[in-house]
Amino acid sequence: MSLVKHYPDKPQKVYFFGTCLIDMLYPEAGLAGMQLLKREGIQVIFPQNQTCCGQPAWNSGYRDETPAVVMNQVRSFPKDYPIVVPSGSCAGMMRHHYPEVFKDKPESDLVNAFSERVFELTEFLVHVLKIELKDLGAPTKVALHTSCSARREMGVADEHESLLRQLGNVQLVEQVRKAECCGFGGTFAVKHPDISAAMVADKAQAITETGAEQLVSGDCGCLMNITGHMEHKGIGPKGQHIASFLWERTHASDS
Amino acid sequence: MHQTAEFHKRVKDALNNSQLRSNFRVAMDGLMEKRSNAFPDKQFLEELRITGSKLRANALVKQADLLEQLEANCTRNGIKVHWAETIEEANHIVLGIMDSHNATRMIKGKSMVSEEMELNHFLEAHGKECVESDLGEYIIQLDHETPSHIIAPAIHKSKQEIAKLFQSKHPDIPYSEDIETMTRSARQILRSKFYDAEIGLSGVNFAVAETGTICLVENEGNGRMCTTAPPVHIAVTGIEKVLEKLEDVPPLLKLLTRSASGQHISTYFNMITSPRKPGEKDGPKEVHLVLLDNQRSKIYEDEELFDSLRCIRCGACMNHCPVYTKIGGHAYGSLIPGPIGSVIEPQKFGLDKFGILPTNSTLCGACGEVCPVKIPLPKLLHRLRYEQVRNDHTGATNGQGSRRSAKEAMIWKLWSWAHARPAVYRTGTKVAALFRGLMPNKMGPWTRVRTAPKIAPKSLHELAREEGFDNE
Amino acid sequence: MSNARANILARLRARTAEKTPVDLDRGFESPDWSKEERIEHFCKAMRSVKTEVHLVSATDWANKLAELAKAKAFKNLLYAPAGPLATQIEAAWKKDSELPVLVTREVDVDGWKEELFFDIDAAITSTRSGIAEVGAMILWPTPEEPRTFSLVPPVHIAVVEADKLHNTFSDAIINEKWYEGMPTNSLLISGPSKSADIEQTLAYGVHGPVELIVLLIQ
Repeated sequence: MSLVKHYPDKPQKVYFFGTCLIDMLYPEAGLAGMQLLKREGIQVIFPQNQTCCGQPAWNSGYRDETPAVVMNQVRSFPKDYPIVVPSGSCAGMMRHHYPEVFKDKPESDLVNAFSERVFELTEFLVHVLKIELKDLGAPTKVALHTSCSARREMGVADEHESLLRQLGNVQLVEQVRKAECCGFGGTFAVKHPDISAAMVADKAQAITETGAEQLVSGDCGCLMNITGHMEHKGIGPKGQHIASFLWERTHASDS
Repeated sequence: MHQTAEFHKRVKDALNNSQLRSNFRVAMDGLMEKRSNAFPDKQFLEELRITGSKLRANALVKQADLLEQLEANCTRNGIKVHWAETIEEANHIVLGIMDSHNATRMIKGKSMVSEEMELNHFLEAHGKECVESDLGEYIIQLDHETPSHIIAPAIHKSKQEIAKLFQSKHPDIPYSEDIETMTRSARQILRSKFYDAEIGLSGVNFAVAETGTICLVENEGNGRMCTTAPPVHIAVTGIEKVLEKLEDVPPLLKLLTRSASGQHISTYFNMITSPRKPGEKDGPKEVHLVLLDNQRSKIYEDEELFDSLRCIRCGACMNHCPVYTKIGGHAYGSLIPGPIGSVIEPQKFGLDKFGILPTNSTLCGACGEVCPVKIPLPKLLHRLRYEQVRNDHTGATNGQGSRRSAKEAMIWKLWSWAHARPAVYRTGTKVAALFRGLMPNKMGPWTRVRTAPKIAPKSLHELAREEGFDNE
Repeated sequence: MSNARANILARLRARTAEKTPVDLDRGFESPDWSKEERIEHFCKAMRSVKTEVHLVSATDWANKLAELAKAKAFKNLLYAPAGPLATQIEAAWKKDSELPVLVTREVDVDGWKEELFFDIDAAITSTRSGIAEVGAMILWPTPEEPRTFSLVPPVHIAVVEADKLHNTFSDAIINEKWYEGMPTNSLLISGPSKSADIEQTLAYGVHGPVELIVLLIQ
C-alpha cells in the first residue's frame, strides 16, 4: 500500500452510499453528509437500490454469503462518479476488501474499478472538495472518537480532526488512549460480550473524563456502542455523527 | 461447545480480577510508550519494517535449502543437529542427550519452544530437574504457571504478589517488595544452579545458515550462563527461525529489541558457532541444535497463512492489542497469546481446539500496524474465521469447518438473500420502522451494558427521496 | 532414527516452487560519522543503560584502572596474563602495593569454577571493536581471555579502542568480514545485566555483571 493517496478533481456528480446502520438508526447523519456535499455545488445521487456493504458476513467468515451483497452495490453504482461513504468501516470494506471478495473471479476487474471510486466522507470533503467551514455554533468542547478502520484502514484520522479544527468555536479535547478500539467490532460485540463491555466501559470513561459536551465520530457503529454505554450508565456527553455535527454548526437555518 | 465455554469462563475471571487488569494495563501502557520512543522517525521505522519483512520472507521462501545449509555448517563447526517433526520427538532427543551424559540437572534460558514442548513436565516425569533462570520464567515456575506474555512471562503479577511468592518458597530470605532486592535474591538462588547444572538449555532468536551460528537476544545474562557454564548446551528452535546471511541479523535485531521493549539493543547479543575448541578454557564441550517442526511445515503450505511464520516473537502485537490488555495472556488458553497466538496456535493445534481465538478480535488493526515484519495479522485472523466455518473441504488448515453451525450458516444465507435484493431490503427496513415501538429494550448481552439502539421513523432511503436526491 | 529430516524437507520443498522469490537489496545504509561523533554516540548510548564510561588514553588507561580498582575496593581483579592488556596492568600494579590482588588462572575454567563463581570481585578484558550507533562492545573471547571473564564476576571492566568503533552492527559484520568465519562465541555487550520482568521496572545486576565499566581509549 502506498503512503500517498491520489484524489480526483472536484466532480460534478457523486454517489452517496448511506450504509445500513445509518439507514436504519441514524438517517439524519446520512442526510447531513449529503447536504454538506450538495452545498459545495455538486449533485448528490442516492441510488435507492443500495443495501449493505456486506461487511457483517465477510468479517464473520461467511465469505460465500458475501459476493451477492457486494455485487448488488457494484450494480447500484454503475457510472464512474466517486462514491462517498460516511463511515470508515464501510468505506474500508468497499475500498480494500471488495477486491479480495472477488479475487480471481471473472467480475474482479469490474469490482476493482468500483473500489477505486470509494472515498470516506471526511477525506472527500478535505481533499477533493477542499471544503471551508464557517462555525455558526456556540462555543463547545468536543471529543472525537475515530474508528479503527477510519484511522488504520482508510488513514483519515487527520481529516476528521482537521474538519473539526476548522470550527472556530469548537475546542477539540483529547481522551487518553484515543487510538484504542472502543470494543464494537461488529459481531465481536455479540460473540465476546464481556470483553466488548470492558472495552467500551474504558472508552466511555476516558471520553467522560475530558469534560467534553459532545462526542463526535465518523462511524455509527462506534457511536452506537459508546453512547449506548454512556446512556446506560448515565455518564458522558451526547454523541453525534461527524456529518451531523458539521452540518448543524455550519448550516444557516432558514426557518 | 466445550472449548468456548471454558474460554468465556477464563475471560470472565480475568475481567473480574481488578489486580490483573491493572497489572496488564500499566505494563502494556509502558511497553507501548517505550516502543514509540524507540522509533521517533516514522519514515525510518516504515523502511526498516519493509526490510525486516523482506529478510524474513526471503528466508522462508528458501527455507528448505537454508536448513540444509545450516545443518552442514553447524556440523562442520562441531554442533550436533537434530530434527524433530513432533514435540514428542524433540522431548526424546533432549532426554537422550541428558541420559547419554547421565545428567539430571538442567538450567534453562528463556525458550518459548521449550514451553511449546512442555519440556519441563516431560523431563521431570523422567526424574530430571529443570530450573528456569530467566527471572520472569523463574517466578512463574515457582508458582506452577505458564507465561502470560512471550517476552515478559510474569507480567500478570504485581511486585507484592511476587514478594509473597518468594517468601513462601524461600522463607530463609528476608521479605522484600523492593524490585532490585528481589532481583538480587534470584541472582543468589540461581547462581548455584548455574554452577551445578550439567546441561544448559536455550532457545534461539535467529539461526544463520551462512555460518551455522545460533543467535540469542537477552538482558539478564542467564542466556549466556546457560550456554557457557554447563558442559553441554542444547538449543531448541522452530525450523522457521533460520536466516540466510549474517548480515540479515542487524536489521532484525534492531526491529526486535525496539519493538519488544524500546531498547536500541539488548544487553547481550550472543552468537554461538561451535562448542569449546582445543585450547579454549571455557564454554560447553558439546553443543546440540534441535530443529522442531510441530506443524510449521504444514502452515508453510498455505500461500497466505505462511506469512505468520515471519514472526520474530517481539510481543508488540500483544502489547498493542486492546483485547489482550483487557484479559491478559492466560485467558487465551494457548501458549502464545494475543494476535499472533490467535493466528499461530489454531493452525498448530487445530481450529477445533482454538477456533475461538480468531474471533476474539475487533480487527482494529493495531497489531498489524506495529508488527516489525509486517505480518498482516488482521487479514490472517480474518482468513481463519473463514477456515473455521467453510464447508467445502478444500483448504488444508487443521480443523477446517469445525465451528460451522447450521443455525449460524442459515442466518447468513438469509441475510445475504435479503441484502442482495433491494426491494426485500427496503420492505424490511420499512417494516422495522413501522414496528419500532415494539423493539425490545433488552437485546441479550448488548443491553447488559448499553441502551438498545433506536430505529428511526424514516430510513435514509425515504429521507433522500423526500429531500429530492436523485436515484441515478 | 526417525525420518524427521527427510519428511520436513520434503514438505517444505513440495511448496517452495509456489513461493514468490523476494527481491532483496542488502545495501544497508550507514551514517556518515566522524570518529568524534562515533565516540559521542557510543558513550551516550552506553551511559543510558548505566554503563560507566571513562575516556582514557593509550598510555594512562592502566593508571585509571588502578584508581578505579582502589576506589571501588575490589578485593581482587581477574585478568589474562597472556592477553593484550597484561603488560600495562602488571606495570601499573607494580607501582602501588595497596591495589587489589591480581588473579590469574591459566587452566580450564572447570578446574577453578567455584572460585570463579563465588570469590572473584571483578574481571578485566579487552574487546575486539564496538558499535557507535547502539553503544555496544564486540567481544570475540579467546583462549587467553575466556568468555566467563565478561560474565561471571559481579564487575566487568572492558577496554575499548575508539579507533575500532564501527558506525553500525551491519558495518562491523561487513567491514570485519564475519561471514568468512565466526569464532566459537561472539558477543555484543551494551551494559550491566538487567531485567524488567517484575512490573516492567528495570533492575540491574541479574545473572551477569552488576556493574560494567568501560575504559575508552581515544
